[in-house]
Amino acid sequence: MNGADSILIREVRLIDPHRGVDETGDLLIVDGVIKQAGGAVRNGDAPPGCHVIRGDGLVACPGFIDLHVHLREPGYEDRETVATGVEAAVRGGFTTICAMPNTNPAMDNASTVEFVLRQAAAAGKARVLPIGSVTKGRAGKELAEMWELAQSGAVGFSDDGSPVEDSHLMRQALAYAGGLGLPVLQHSEDTELSHGAPVNEGWLSNRLGLGGWPAAAEETMIARDISLAQLTGGHLHVAHLTTRGAVEMVRLAKQQGLKVTAEVTPHHLTLDETWALGHDKDGPLSGPLGPEAYDTLTKVNPPLRTQRDAEALVAGLREGWIDAIATDHAPQTVIDKLVTYDDAAYGFSGLETALGLVLRLVHSGQLDLNTLVARLTTGSLSVLGEGYAHLTTLQEGTTADIVVFDPEKEWVVHSDEFASKGKNTPLEGITLKGRVTATIAGGRIVHSELAEVGTVGG
Amino acid sequence: MKALTAMASTVQQAKTIARPSMVDGVRRHLLDLDDFSHEELDLVMGTTDAMREVLSRDIKKVPTLRGKVIVTLFYEVSTRTRVSFEEAGKLLSADVINVSSSGSSVEKGESLLNTVRTLQATGTDIIVVRHPHSGAPYFMARNLERTGVINGGDGWHAHPTQALLDLYTMKRHLGSVNGAKVVIVGDVTHSRVARSNLWALRTAGAQVVLCAPPTLLPQEFLSGEHLREGHSFGSVKVETSIERAISEADVVMPLRLQLERQEAGLLPTLREYSKMYGITKNRLALAKPGALVMHPGPMNEGVEISPDVAHGTQSLIEEQVHNGVAVRMALLYLLVGSRQKSQAQGEQQ
Repeated sequence: MNGADSILIREVRLIDPHRGVDETGDLLIVDGVIKQAGGAVRNGDAPPGCHVIRGDGLVACPGFIDLHVHLREPGYEDRETVATGVEAAVRGGFTTICAMPNTNPAMDNASTVEFVLRQAAAAGKARVLPIGSVTKGRAGKELAEMWELAQSGAVGFSDDGSPVEDSHLMRQALAYAGGLGLPVLQHSEDTELSHGAPVNEGWLSNRLGLGGWPAAAEETMIARDISLAQLTGGHLHVAHLTTRGAVEMVRLAKQQGLKVTAEVTPHHLTLDETWALGHDKDGPLSGPLGPEAYDTLTKVNPPLRTQRDAEALVAGLREGWIDAIATDHAPQTVIDKLVTYDDAAYGFSGLETALGLVLRLVHSGQLDLNTLVARLTTGSLSVLGEGYAHLTTLQEGTTADIVVFDPEKEWVVHSDEFASKGKNTPLEGITLKGRVTATIAGGRIVHSELAEVGTVGG
Repeated sequence: MKALTAMASTVQQAKTIARPSMVDGVRRHLLDLDDFSHEELDLVMGTTDAMREVLSRDIKKVPTLRGKVIVTLFYEVSTRTRVSFEEAGKLLSADVINVSSSGSSVEKGESLLNTVRTLQATGTDIIVVRHPHSGAPYFMARNLERTGVINGGDGWHAHPTQALLDLYTMKRHLGSVNGAKVVIVGDVTHSRVARSNLWALRTAGAQVVLCAPPTLLPQEFLSGEHLREGHSFGSVKVETSIERAISEADVVMPLRLQLERQEAGLLPTLREYSKMYGITKNRLALAKPGALVMHPGPMNEGVEISPDVAHGTQSLIEEQVHNGVAVRMALLYLLVGSRQKSQAQGEQQ
């Protein structure tokens, strides 16, 4: 079905947060453009050769937007390339992804941004929106040429992987980027307090004798940055927030009317620190440690936190204080995880498991499906701006960026089946409920596991 | 936010699984003491008695482990742990090979994984490992199908053979440690000795008190988080006053204080630490008469312990070293010598 551009999905649940729609009906895409979303499509309206698909039990919604993806190219092509990254994205239902600039060289200059955009165009599939770095070489010393980065396509700025530690420089970054109308996406970590510690500070770090990364290391920087956003009027976007206190601070900032937005990852919403003790197919283990403990595949920055934190994140997402779900997809090589916990690389390969993980929140009754879809789609517009609204809508006349998924379909995570080069998932062998069945990006079917019932006039 | 507590969490509840025991002759690795039952501790203590008897002989060598290969793999410097394992193996007639990070392919950048896979391929029965990273022995155990692993100290996490020799030494002098007050003084946050002792002493029923300035105590203990249901070190008490901690103690165990802690901003000076927390004659007098003084070594005499206490009549520090050889003989026997037979039986069943 690859490359086809006329599709009719019959009787599918249509969810469109942009227009506040949730109804069962037909979805007709003709020549890559949404022709009809809702109601019954008459047979005569579908063009000859149009693929026809039964939508029972499926959901069709605007394509997901991921604000936080590490594509690794240029520089770390053994971990991921733009081509493998966008393939992983569309398998996960993401039609638009923001590429973080911690490449080598960093995306602190127009030519690297243009290179990434060229690679993305060559790969097709998902749309890539580059994030430029805040500082030259991500070194935290001098501002990068943000205007030129924006001219070449950057949609925001971040030194992600590292924080902008220097308070003066962060002030200038928020002010300068604010002048361009673009956000600064901050990786909030006071590294003097976390000094490379691999797990959350608390009973788990004590249990394992590992350095503890306290919630305070995240919260002190968020508090500072909110003050600086207030001072400058700039747009602060808090990347991957993880603690109860962080949610509280973002809530207060929003209630004061500051330009502060936030994202949360699927893993911080649904997993907790105990996963470092090891897991089997049913989930994490406790009690005496065995050889499966110190599972380096659970090492991620910021670290997995407590159940209390996860619950606060879910509440923040539900109540809208947290704008969007972003994966922080961070592919690593196998070797980089086949070492001691202290030596292991940080990060999860997250694009392909994201939907199955966050649907746990719906299946457990913590979040309704409409809210979840909104946080995966339109939520990102509060960061990117309404100018990108056409990328995440079922509005008739728009080029189709659509994901179709089966919220009830169970599947077992096998990382060797990932399109991503990064096989580094903590979820190996775990059953997830909910799977992407088709992704249509830029009017083309770029991923499909759908069974076609036929073609019109075929 | 208030609806939260009533709501089912999607964070999965952890489950506990049983671990193999020496009591059943099926334990291959000794990683820590968190999975030791009373029976398994008793088995080690009893076997250590037998090994002490061997050590008291004129010709202290037995053929128990003839034809077995033991490798000590040390990524950190060590005197007593490495030497006592080597001696223990040799007294049991095993072939003992010492590998250290300097002078081996580790210096050429060989990974821990490839190093231990190589040692398994050469036919090593058991590897005793010392590593600066917590969890390194678990990583090895996860990646070895045949060779066993003994944790000879990993990062800040565990030093189970030290804790076993400490327990053995206490039992020899107190009879039982059930209900005994054991005071551990010093840098608990960074101490693998303290953590393994907590497991052994918990199972043996001792009352453990940790004493140090708050900067050297884990946040979990300071906040009382550990007293919550289901947390690991549930019964541990914390006391920042040395006088209150040491009062009526049966055992006083100062830990080595490292100069790095001053440099890392955790302490003003070693001098002030010594004045506040050093175990002196006067402070020891607050403990029970004849209270035992123990130290895992190496000591900083004049910092955490005064020389007169370190070498005084109540000090068991040299006996700890002696018992350390016997305990390690017992462990090598139980893990390598007696395991194989019962495993072979298991395979026939």
